Amino acid sequence: MNGKPKIGVYVCHCGTNIAGTVNVEEVVQFAQTLPDVVVARNYSYMCSDPGQALITDDIANMGLNRVVVASCSPRMHEPTFRKTLLSGGLNPYFLEMANIREQCSWVHDDPIAATEKAKRVVEAAVVKARRLEALDVKEVDVEPSCLIIGAGIAGIQAALDIADAGFKVYLVEKSPTVGGHMAQLDKTFPTLDCSACILTPKMVDVANHPNIELMTYSQVEEIGGYIGNFDIKVRKRSRFVDMDKCTGCGDCASECRLAGRIPNEFDEGIGMRGAIYLPFPQAVPAKYTIDKENCLFLTKGKCGESPKCKDACKAGAINFDLQDEVVEFKVGTIIVATGYDVFDARLKPEYGYGVYDNVLTALEFERMVNASGPTGGKVVMLERGKKKKKKEGEEAEAPRVPQSVTFIQCVGSRDKSVGNEYCSRVCCMYTAKLAHLVKDKVGHDCEVTVFYMDVRAFGKGFEEFYDRVRREGVKYIRGNPSEIYKKGDKLIVRAEDTLTATPLEHETDMVVLSVGLCPRSDNREIIDLLKLSQSSDLFYLEAHPKLRPVDTASDGVYLAGVCQGPKDIPDAVAQAKGAASAAMIPMASGKVKVEAQTSVVNEQTCRGCGFCVELCPFTAIELVEINRMGWPVRVARVNEALCKGCGACAAACLSGSIQQRSFKDVQLLPQIQALGVK
Amino acid sequence: MAEKTDFEPNIVAFLCNWCSYAGADLAGTSRIQYPSNVRVIRVMCSGRVNPLFVMNALQQGADGVLISGCHPGDCHYMQGNYYARRRFNLMRNFLEYLGVEPQRVRMSWVSASEGAKWKEVIEEVVNGVKEVGPMDQFKRRQLNW
Repeated sequence: MNGKPKIGVYVCHCGTNIAGTVNVEEVVQFAQTLPDVVVARNYSYMCSDPGQALITDDIANMGLNRVVVASCSPRMHEPTFRKTLLSGGLNPYFLEMANIREQCSWVHDDPIAATEKAKRVVEAAVVKARRLEALDVKEVDVEPSCLIIGAGIAGIQAALDIADAGFKVYLVEKSPTVGGHMAQLDKTFPTLDCSACILTPKMVDVANHPNIELMTYSQVEEIGGYIGNFDIKVRKRSRFVDMDKCTGCGDCASECRLAGRIPNEFDEGIGMRGAIYLPFPQAVPAKYTIDKENCLFLTKGKCGESPKCKDACKAGAINFDLQDEVVEFKVGTIIVATGYDVFDARLKPEYGYGVYDNVLTALEFERMVNASGPTGGKVVMLERGKKKKKKEGEEAEAPRVPQSVTFIQCVGSRDKSVGNEYCSRVCCMYTAKLAHLVKDKVGHDCEVTVFYMDVRAFGKGFEEFYDRVRREGVKYIRGNPSEIYKKGDKLIVRAEDTLTATPLEHETDMVVLSVGLCPRSDNREIIDLLKLSQSSDLFYLEAHPKLRPVDTASDGVYLAGVCQGPKDIPDAVAQAKGAASAAMIPMASGKVKVEAQTSVVNEQTCRGCGFCVELCPFTAIELVEINRMGWPVRVARVNEALCKGCGACAAACLSGSIQQRSFKDVQLLPQIQALGVK
Repeated sequence: MAEKTDFEPNIVAFLCNWCSYAGADLAGTSRIQYPSNVRVIRVMCSGRVNPLFVMNALQQGADGVLISGCHPGDCHYMQGNYYARRRFNLMRNFLEYLGVEPQRVRMSWVSASEGAKWKEVIEEVVNGVKEVGPMDQFKRRQLNW
């Protein structure tokens, strides 16, 4: 096949689409004069069966080894004609198309100019075809397993779906428990389902599923390889508690000398824990964890006579000598479901968060109304930072209940001043839900006011719920407050009612800031591991906003949940199911095709400068040492499974040693000449 | 210099497969008419365009060159159009230094949905090159000793 090129040129009429403007006969006659062209034909519809048969017959009878089809755009029928070549026994990459419809007959109504252009385009295709090479269509095997990073509701749902389908799942979670933010919530809008009631069964399922290997308190450290064959390294951080022996009884936690003195992250800091703790009663796994940063024994080397937790543990599970464990495994696909951080309300200093005790974020308030939260579900005024040391026999003073609660929406969303232009999509509804819960828990006489910009109740049942909450007496005032200050023991919210254009000062006991959802502050870790892109809002970027919403630019890596952009629970679950199904496609087929038009290095001329290595957006190129005539030299080498065939390396190579297959310099330069010459 | 009024320039365009080539196809499906002076070479990414291709086109007789890719941030290969933009800016300075008018070598962002913009780009390029006339800077001249 490497002999002299024998080219067949096939010019399509496309009914009158091409032939109506371009003089097809003239183009065919011109094509016959071109070098290495042995046959040129025209036909009414080349893509039809008889049209394709013309090509296969000529391959068989005339020994054609290159084919040029002048017809519509290659974006339309290149796959069709590649198959034609394949069925005719030719390598499919011996095809070159000349676009004489979309970019010629349809856009130029002057027949002479159109015909002239068609000739040029055909000539360019022929001179490129002379230089075409056979390419291998490669397939790689796909490991039937999936790594899921993050075990919030999105990660949990994706893990369960994939595991139920029979594939192995490695579910890696950074914190000591699965559940994510959803586990912190009390009720879910608009149905007022108890969040824990619908989530905890799933949390238990992921822990018990035979196909899921759950790694909590663990972090992905390294990801190498490519779709089908990722090499993963995970660090399982030491809890200093033997997971097999711990029964979760909690004797240790109550004995800890620091019990009740460390802000509990799970309770957003309004609840306290000790150095050995379980984030919340339904945590999965129900195993205790010693916090290395705070534990007296681990930081100071001494905890009284002996660590009290160790003495208290009847199971003998506490072991201060336990080390981190690093595990390595292979997976075929990866789902990123790392979730979000809530907006840091300190960035809006006018609201006095962090200054006034009773300015809360909605997530703090969520913990407060939660029956298993630090206040046992009671809405009470907070006295932060006060040491609440109970003395023996002394009854603690009953905390005050707020008489009025004010919500402020869009804190950190739709706000250019903090760099977040987007809408967080959940705040309007969770505010309505929390407003309802205040009425529910504190009583109907508790005055509830919501300051809003616009209420976006777009989902199923959302508008109805918003209506219901207003009927319950929650007062909505349209206006974004400018300031909150303290007057006596009351908080004053300054705002303008923009519907009546009246400035107002609103007196209240408690302010809840409806903070938006932000990309995680440790987003960078995953970006560095997986080379993910970010959209302008800094959430992870999907491959296509409409048609590939769960894929990323890296094959085999998918997104689920809020790490891709703000979502409510149903949307996060839907996307997780989408990501699971996308990840299962390559795992189920067992094989995946990799790009054939990849770059290739001429190792005899490469000088190993490494320009291409730095340029490659897919880290597909590395420098390797080879033996060149007895001397060790470094040259670039392309990992064809990673290369996507963009050709950026080829354009940068100073010696022309790295070239993109089918778009090599020697293939493009004749095209340039054919089109350039007048 | 030739008579500018009847001068029809010859322009070589490098279009990326995913955005600009698709945009040019869309101009076709929308039957948007534009001058036939531009001939297209399809590359997978504007990042594939070696500056030497541009020089080569000008040497071979093209009066102008157009490079068109995806809008910044939309590159199918994440960064290719940024590479193209950086190379283009350096190259344009160099070409200007050589005495090549900046109108001859252009770069544009045309997305797959911008068939109408493709026509505008073409008209702009063609008119720009018409203004400066045929490319003869790189023509080899027989020196008369």
